[in-house]
Amino acid sequence: MRLIVPLQGVVQGRGGIILGSIIPCALFYFLQFYLKRHRSLPPTNPTLPSTSSGNLSELQRCSSRTNLLPRGSTVRVRVSARASSIAKPNDSPYYIGLDRVREDPYDEMSNPDGLSLDMIEKWLSENLSISMLGLRGDGLGISGIATYQPMDGLMELKVVMAGFMTEVMGRTVSFDPSQVVLTSGATPALEILSFCLADQGNAFLVPAPYYPGFDRDMKWRTGVELIPVHCRSCDNFTWSITALEQAYNQARKRGQKVRGILISNPSNPVGNLLNKDMLYDLLDFARDVNIHIISDEIYAGSTYGNEEFVSMAEIVDSEDADKDRVHIIYGMSKDFSVPGFRVGVLYSFNENVLAASRKLSRFSSVSTPTQQLLVSVLSDTNFTREYIKTNKQRIRSMYNLFVAGLRELGLECTKSNAGLYSWVDMSRLISPYSEKGELDLWDNLFNIAKINVTPGSACHCIEPGWFRFCFTTLNEKEIPIVVDRIRKVVERCKPPV
Amino acid sequence: MAIEIETPSVSLSKVALSETHGEDSPYFAGWKAYDENPYDELNNPSGVIQMGLAENQVSFDLLEQYLEQHSELAANSGRSSTSSFRENALFQDYHGLQSFRKAMASFMEQIRGGRAKFDPDRIVITAGATAANELLTFILADPGDALLIPTPYYPGFDRDLRWRTGVNIIPVHCQSSNNFEITPEALEAAYNEAESKNIKVKGLLITNPSNPLGATIKRSNLKKILEFVTRKNIHLISDEIYSGSSFSCDEFVSISQILAEQNYKDSERVHVVYSLSKDLGLPGFRVGTIYSYNDDVVRTARRMSSFTLISSQTQQLLASMLSDKRFTENYIRVNRERLKKRYEMIIDGLRNAGIACLNGNAGLFCWVNLSSLLLEPTMECELELWKLILYEVRLNISPGSSCHCLEPGWFRVCFANMSENTLEIALRRIHDFMDRMRKVKISLQ
Repeated sequence: MRLIVPLQGVVQGRGGIILGSIIPCALFYFLQFYLKRHRSLPPTNPTLPSTSSGNLSELQRCSSRTNLLPRGSTVRVRVSARASSIAKPNDSPYYIGLDRVREDPYDEMSNPDGLSLDMIEKWLSENLSISMLGLRGDGLGISGIATYQPMDGLMELKVVMAGFMTEVMGRTVSFDPSQVVLTSGATPALEILSFCLADQGNAFLVPAPYYPGFDRDMKWRTGVELIPVHCRSCDNFTWSITALEQAYNQARKRGQKVRGILISNPSNPVGNLLNKDMLYDLLDFARDVNIHIISDEIYAGSTYGNEEFVSMAEIVDSEDADKDRVHIIYGMSKDFSVPGFRVGVLYSFNENVLAASRKLSRFSSVSTPTQQLLVSVLSDTNFTREYIKTNKQRIRSMYNLFVAGLRELGLECTKSNAGLYSWVDMSRLISPYSEKGELDLWDNLFNIAKINVTPGSACHCIEPGWFRFCFTTLNEKEIPIVVDRIRKVVERCKPPV
Repeated sequence: MAIEIETPSVSLSKVALSETHGEDSPYFAGWKAYDENPYDELNNPSGVIQMGLAENQVSFDLLEQYLEQHSELAANSGRSSTSSFRENALFQDYHGLQSFRKAMASFMEQIRGGRAKFDPDRIVITAGATAANELLTFILADPGDALLIPTPYYPGFDRDLRWRTGVNIIPVHCQSSNNFEITPEALEAAYNEAESKNIKVKGLLITNPSNPLGATIKRSNLKKILEFVTRKNIHLISDEIYSGSSFSCDEFVSISQILAEQNYKDSERVHVVYSLSKDLGLPGFRVGTIYSYNDDVVRTARRMSSFTLISSQTQQLLASMLSDKRFTENYIRVNRERLKKRYEMIIDGLRNAGIACLNGNAGLFCWVNLSSLLLEPTMECELELWKLILYEVRLNISPGSSCHCLEPGWFRVCFANMSENTLEIALRRIHDFMDRMRKVKISLQ
């Protein structure tokens, strides 16, 4: 029930305090209540009307995987079903490998990060002053960064980030800072999209093989499903619209509601680039079945082939009607080599998604000193241009060296144009020709060659024997050494029967 | 929905469309009014003074001094004697930097006067306490379950604990008659209420020192709370985000101390949340932690923290700062003294204006009783009074109803997020307002 406080507009305006209006206001305030007293009051609601409870949607209870305890029994206090499912030791080789490497000095080929960090470090040492932490000479002090800031990121960073994305993706489309939501890494950005676009039990189509982290990011806490759309070596592991349609229809028959499709472009783990036609076809498909598109473009700046990268933003730019269904993920972990700093981008054309995401970003905000640091670096567009160019050159030369080395061993990879890894065919080396054979080989690579690579099964690849080798953590001298070590394992493998 | 309605536009999830973000409450509306007309000493002296934001600005100078003296930290953006820039930039391990966890553990121990020990390996890092609380809710409860929370409580909990988790909050009602202390009777009543609605209670969340009361929980009450959760076999989350903001070291008793005293018996149901946003005045840094005595919870929380890690650069910077015992001891002591002084200043000012407050001993705010200004003891009247104070007196203070306080007329008034000058001006405005209200009341009678 609203009671009007008059003269509000007058007093609220900037300018001098109008003391005189307070008295009549207070008077009016009391008068209204005096009048109210003589009217019959509506029965008071026993429960507190919380304006924030709103339409609390009743989420369906997931089937409880915890046992119901009889009351009074002295048993250990339990965690939720959600937590229980995550607390099990993770049996994906992707994570086991990463864990083991942490403990032992294996060669890290399952993690591609850090190729061009030296350039950033150099810039920082040449340009840095106390200003980095906001302690500028003009006395802004630490309060400039220490206090509460917008949870979805400082506007200055959004601006330079939009500029960086524009540069990195070839300047064919201009990114708008007001459509940028900053998060602590791309991981939460993906999860936020999953929360926004799908309800518990809904599904996303995902071309496979795919980045193992998608299972965690999209499914864990959201209760959303991922439906793999299997791609094959005969197609160079590229998806087709037919395959997507098939998967969508099959899902429908099963009674599963598909809310979107999640693609990675450049793709991980294969390293393919999607061309304009494919992206237009994808948009058509999404429109036909009325679903969203999430395009994870985190490797956009890591291209080295002859093909140009095309962002989903470029496709939508010219087709206004379907903007609302397109959402892009980006971040500083791959192209910019600073995964530790936790800087990710959720970019959307959908105002409702942006509004919800901005609020959800409070659970995953970027630390302000880090934001300030990036504002400094990314504002130097001469540097960023040089960086992007040099970074690409380095990736290209590492790629060439590595692929040549593998070829010496008789190992081929898919023809890729981007990414910090190669998708290598070791299928003739595994025995049996199955996931077990693949994991045996993975184990050998681990223990004998002492390198940690990602087996295709961890990426949900339907053909056994493929492995993702990241090559950007090595330097040129190390490549022959690594190739030699792989040779030892290759020679050990039984020849095909 | 059973029937699919074909619309041309692509739809969003229930989470995205729900109102559970809770940003319709007056708590947030007041901030909006402030944003539109913010007080500035020089440029807008008649603007709204923000007294609804619990931010600590009283000790910035200490931080600045430290950073100036250790300028290599500020300039190094992550480099230290022990790790290179490269190592730091690449470090995304969800365990968090060991040096940082050690420093946090030691800082938490110092705040408790060494009366409790913290194991760095039980510390899970999160980007702020907001994330820590949400994470724990995901871990301890399933959708449809409930957490008990004593009222009045921080309005943000409605959003942080319920939105994506689908978990409910059942309030444990506390009364002014006993200073809003949490009683076993109130706990039982709330638990029974949940049972009657067939809702499973998975835990109790307390904030100690309390927001919005600005008071610590008595040792005897903490013991009773621990007994209650043990008896019901539920979890206990102790949000101790204001532990370093108690006005004296001895006033604050942490649940960790109680557990230490009983040799950590039954401790695996207890989880402590901490952050540097209040005590250290660094909310922008996004630094929160979960400290759990339960191995499963630590392991799971660590994995889940992938969604909310702290920047390695920030971890590095804070590891250095917080392991500097000389700095931290001085900071903790001076910060407490300054907060106490502010508290006394506002209490005096309010008393002179004829306003009573709850006896407080911690935090960045006081819990003020304006119920005498209400013509009727209803929430509606409280909201009208709040609006009056916001638009006429131009002070943004938080109405008790947004904190789910059962008794109308209480307000939370923050005092640490402004200069002393500004606080004086705010007190003057309150004084003048109370004068006028008295005159108006008299004239109406």
